[in-house]
This record gives sequence, C-alpha cells and structure tokens, in this order.
Amino acid sequence: MSEEKMITVYIMGKAYQVPFGLTIMKAMEYAGYRFIRGSGCRAGFCGACATVYRKKGEYKFRTALACQTTAEDGMYLAQLPFVPANRKEYNINELDPEKNVLSEYYPEINRCVSCNTCTKACPQELDVMYYIQAAIRGDYRQVSELSFDCIQCGLCTARCPAEITHYHVAQLARRIYGKYQLKVPEHLEKRLKEIEEGKFDEEIERLKNMSIDELKSAYVQRDIEKIPRGEVSDE
Amino acid sequence: MKLIGGYTEEMRESIEMVEKTRDERMKKSFPPMSLEEREEVLNKYHPDYKPDKKRAVKVGPNKGDLAPHEVVDLLEAYPLIDPKEIDLKTIDYDVDLLIIGGGGAGTVAALWANENGVPAENILMATKLRHGDANSMMAQGGIQAADRPEDSPAIHYLDVMGGGHFANKPELVEALVKDAPFILKWHEELGVQYDRNPDGSYVERPGGGTSRFRLHSAKDYTGMEIMRVIRDEFRNREIPVLEFTPAVELLKDSEGNVAGAVLFNMETEQYYVVRAKATVLATGGFGRLHIQGFPTTNHYGATADGLVMAYRAGAKLRDLDTVQYHPTGAAYPEQIVGLLITEKVRGMGAQPVNKNGELFVFPMEPRDVEAASFIRECARGNCVETPTGMKGIWLDSPMIEEIEGEGAIKRNLDAMYRMYKRFGIDMTKDPILVFPTLHYQNGGVEIDAESRTSVNGLFAGGEVEGGVHGKNRLMGNSLLDYNVFGRRAGISAAKFASKRSKPTGLNLKHVDSYIKELEKAKVPKERRSPMLLPDYRGEKVLARMLDIF
Repeated sequence: MSEEKMITVYIMGKAYQVPFGLTIMKAMEYAGYRFIRGSGCRAGFCGACATVYRKKGEYKFRTALACQTTAEDGMYLAQLPFVPANRKEYNINELDPEKNVLSEYYPEINRCVSCNTCTKACPQELDVMYYIQAAIRGDYRQVSELSFDCIQCGLCTARCPAEITHYHVAQLARRIYGKYQLKVPEHLEKRLKEIEEGKFDEEIERLKNMSIDELKSAYVQRDIEKIPRGEVSDE
Repeated sequence: MKLIGGYTEEMRESIEMVEKTRDERMKKSFPPMSLEEREEVLNKYHPDYKPDKKRAVKVGPNKGDLAPHEVVDLLEAYPLIDPKEIDLKTIDYDVDLLIIGGGGAGTVAALWANENGVPAENILMATKLRHGDANSMMAQGGIQAADRPEDSPAIHYLDVMGGGHFANKPELVEALVKDAPFILKWHEELGVQYDRNPDGSYVERPGGGTSRFRLHSAKDYTGMEIMRVIRDEFRNREIPVLEFTPAVELLKDSEGNVAGAVLFNMETEQYYVVRAKATVLATGGFGRLHIQGFPTTNHYGATADGLVMAYRAGAKLRDLDTVQYHPTGAAYPEQIVGLLITEKVRGMGAQPVNKNGELFVFPMEPRDVEAASFIRECARGNCVETPTGMKGIWLDSPMIEEIEGEGAIKRNLDAMYRMYKRFGIDMTKDPILVFPTLHYQNGGVEIDAESRTSVNGLFAGGEVEGGVHGKNRLMGNSLLDYNVFGRRAGISAAKFASKRSKPTGLNLKHVDSYIKELEKAKVPKERRSPMLLPDYRGEKVLARMLDIF
C-alpha cells in the first residue's frame, strides 16, 4: 500500500504503470480510462465490472470483479461490457410450481456436462454447477439458497460450454420459491387488514396535528424495545 | 509492509485491547443520548454543522437557501446543451410516460403505471448506466415496515419524525409508514425473499433510531434481492428501456407543463427528443459528489442530475442543507475505503469501540448522531490510524458470533464477510475499521403525497425527492421510500397522462431564462451541469489530454 511502489498492468494488451494497492477498476482509471460501461456500484453488488484476466507467465484464464480485486503486477485485463444472454419472458402468476418450470423454460440446463467451469468463473464463489443440478431436479429451494448471493454479472454464462444462462435460471427459481413456497407471514396479513380498517388513522392524525414541542415530548417518551444480549437465536 | 491477518502490527496491538475488553463489554450497554446531548455532538462534530461548507443558492426557486458548495456548484451552472442547437420538431420517442432513472424508484414507477393502465409500449425508461445500476442495488441492511403486533405505523411515524429532527413533511411520513406493510405484501407476490424465522414470521432487527425491531432483510443483500426481482418483472412486461442514455434537460409544452426530455446517448453522443404526457424523475441522489471530500458508499452515477434538471424547470427543492454520512464506511483496507458496512452489523450486536477497546456511544443512535460521535472520538485522539493516514473506529464484529452463535456472520452478513475476505480480513475473528462516509441525500425535489413536484407534469420518487426524511433519514427507510413514492409517482403519472392529450409546443424556454438568471448572477461560464459521471482519471493523464478527436 506504499504510494511509491508502481506495478505494470496490461489493459487490453497495452502496458500502463499504476501504483500498487489499487483495485483493478481504480488502476484502469489511474491509467486514464473513464468508464461509461464497466462501472456500476463499485462495491461488489451489481456485476457491471465483470473482468477477465490472465497473470503473466500463466495459461489460466481468470475472472473477477474489477471493483473488488486488487491489481497485481503483470495482469492482462479486459472487461465484459455486456452479456447477450438468452432470458425467457414469463408471467409469474401463471406458472405451475408443481412442474419443473426451470427445465421447461430453459431446457438447455439438461445439457450441463458438469465441467464446473461456471463455479470456477463465479466471482462470488457460489456453487453454480450445484444449483444447475438442483435446477435440473426442479428443486427451487436449493437453487434459491445456492444462488442467493448472485450478482448477475454473467461470467458463468460467458464461460459455459453448454450455453446455459445460469443467472436467469436462478432468478426464475428464486421468484418461484419466494412467491409459491414461502408463506406470507400471518402478522403481515393481520396488519394489512388493520390498516385497511383505519385502525391507526386516528393516532397518526393526532401526531400529524401536534406542534413540534408536543411531538418532541411524545418522541422522548416513547418506549424503546430492548436489544437482546447474550441470547443465542434459534436460527 | 508486514500484515498479519490483513492488519499491520500497530493495528494488531489495538485489536488486542479490543479483544481484552470484549467479555466485559458484552454485558454492558451504553445509554442513549437525550435530545440535548444529540444537539451538542451534532453542533460540534457533524460535517453538516460547519457553516463554511455551505452557501446560499443565488438563482432559482430556492434562492437564498443553503446547500453544500458541491451541490450549489451544480445548481449554479450552465446547461450542457445549447437550447438553440436542439431540434425539437423531430420527436424520436413519443410516449405517455417517460421515466428518467433506472434504479428502484423508476422501476417501481414503471410497474405501477403499467398496472394502472399505461401499456408497456407507451412507457419509456431512460437511464444513465444499466437498468439496476443504482444505490437501490447496494442497500444492504433492510427495509422498515411496522408489521409486528408490538409495533404500529404510528410508532414508525414518530421514529421517522424524531430521526428527521421533526423537519419532515407529515403527509409524506404518513404515506411512508402506512404503505410499508403493503409494499412487503407486493414484494411477496412478486417473489422477493425476506429472511424468515423457523415459524415463518419475518426476522426483524433494530436500526439506529428505531424504537421497534422493524428491519426486514434478505441477508445483507436486501437491496439487490428487491432490485433484481422488480427488474425481472419489468423485463417480463417488455417495458422499453434506453441504457447509457441519460436525460440532460427536461422539456416543457406551451402551457408550461413538463412534457418529456432531451436524452443523450453517451456511447454515440447523439441526442434524442422524447415527448411525454407525464414524466417521472427517479434519478437518485448526490452521493458521488464527495461532499467535503468524504469517500462515498454510492454507485458511480449518483451525481444529482435530476436535481439540476428539475430545478431549471422550476421545481422547488427542500432540505438540501443536510447530507447523510453513514457512520460505518470502511476505513481500511485502502481498496474499499468508503464502502458501506451495513448498520445491520451494529443491529446484530457489534459495538463501536475506540483504539483502547472502549465503548463510547450507544450503538444505535440515529445516523447523524452516531457519525458525529465517531468523529468526536477521533478528535479526542482515540482513533486508530491506518497506513494511508485514514482514521477509524473499530466495529467489534466478532461479538456477533458470540451473541448469535458461530456462523451468524456468514448467514446474515455474507456480503460483508465476502468483501473483507477478498482483502485478507476475517471479520468473524477480527474487528473491522470504520469511519463516516457520504451516504444519502436527505432532501431533494419537494413532492406531495401523490409524488407530484411543484411543476405540473413532473413526478418524483426515491432519493431525488425530498421531504420524507426531514434532515436525517433512518436506516431501512430508503428502500421503503423508493417503493412507496416510486409507486405513488407511477400511479399519479398514469392518471395525469390519461387525462391529457399529446403535449404541443415543446420548448426549452425555461432553460433560456435560467441561463439569463445565471448571467445576471455572474456565475462563471465554465461551470456546467448535469455532471453525468464523475471523473477519476489520473492527474498525469488529465494534464496531457488533447481534445482533438
């Protein structure tokens, strides 16, 4: 992290000297690139900065998020500006979760050769191949759990020899699981009914009509739920 | 430099102190501040309370109101386009509804406008980056909704008002808290997954300044989970979207209603004219302006473009004098400085402690108070210093595992765990270093409860609008805000559009008169806005740049 130490990175093949300790994204900017594509949240949540790279002297083709990876000396860098992946349209209200909707909409998942390239490509280190296996079985819950942290960068799909669009399959599975297999909690339904019946209207109206001093005193006097300490949750 | 588990030897010495005091601290809590104590720490230490960091706007509907210099510099600035050079006779897109901004608010507005009778093909979304590249995608901790029997929308109302220093617009707070449970139900129907207890009820946690456990999360990917589901639904409905094509100026019709916008394709550098019966502004906030030099949690495009365009069109703004600094931005390692460490880390029990391992503040104060307390602790000389000279407070994350059992961090804070692991730190074993970071635009374009701005034909939802949060937003109310007011904006805009015929006499006269006002106020000619994107290119490169191609 010393300011003095410089490294060489090859941005799309051209050599640039950049300080050591920057992310790939910041190294490219230091070198003079101003992103239009390839930069989104800059914090590892959006998948805009999917990057392919190779290290000097290696044959291995690596993948990363440019905003979440430190640039190293001798990296050959390129970004994936867009993934033209096949995405199926559907009406979430008209699906039959008893059937394997995933296989119906994305039959190519059955072409998976279990090569595990998708898993190796995933910058989130998800078990992508496992969730494709779960998708073949129609196990929405397992696809959901294994794919939950997917940022939809598309690197899995770009690398897949079977042309599977993993992240779209997973999105469909998560929505089916969320909508059809997770129940809406009773306490929420009850509260919606109370709001509809106007149960809180009078109290909110009273608060709305208070002077600031009255509000302040109501605020100070409100009871605060205690944060439990030292209790082990039953999760 | 030698690093042990990601930290320097000096930092390790301080971590030892944190470990030494942990058992004792686990049993203790710190008393919350009174309103007077809050005022005191804010006045002395919060960046908003430094008078030299703001100035009064010299032009426009909010003439005389204070805002940070960085914001005023954009409001007091000439347009990017020359109105004379834009051919408004040729209309490229002729729609009922134009939505400017492809984050959460814009997506929700589109879905609800569609639901309320505007056919997909009569909607156009224009966005600067990709659809979904927005702060909405990055929100981690959760969304507030008073749905437990112990809680009520009225209690939520009081929390919001108190957090906002009682400066919020009451009708907006009412809409926020009363719509909240409905929004969760809508999400459920779309297939959003919120964390559940084994009995099927929601896991709900506290946030800073909330008097009830009311934060619903999806691990620490809450924003991403909501955003990717609503975007998926938007795509299913085949609503047209133009990516990398921001609006650069609003258009008006001969009656003075907003009637579309001039868009700019950042890749081909051509402009498009959009005529729209109604326009929804959903451009997000100003978090990329690095106000007072702070690092930021915000996405690349958070450059206040919507504020600028709306202001030129005559929309009234409010509460722009306050800026939200999130108390816990990463302060180390250098690669992630400023990035968000979700408030849920404190919500799950991690205490903020100083370099000597001492707890010095109630961990769940409202954000402005908590942030100011961190800055005060540093002023007292109790901060940890990093090798690059950043200052920070420890967030004692290993406490979470002690309180909730081994594996609690990976189960609930996977994004945080993953980020630190990428840079060599294990937050289940070692505390993490944090410092306040620029996070949110508390105010914005003033709206009413129907999401109408003060200019006819222009609606707004999400971070760009103001009034909901007063002078300080509480955690979990921004995801809620964009859903509540994005929805209301979509419904109101759909109604408005259905009642009017196609706008005529498209013009940029409001821009011409704004230019005159700027000239009268002697604003320097080189100042231009909207900014569109920040420029992080290296200084050496910029110094040798030629504009010849």
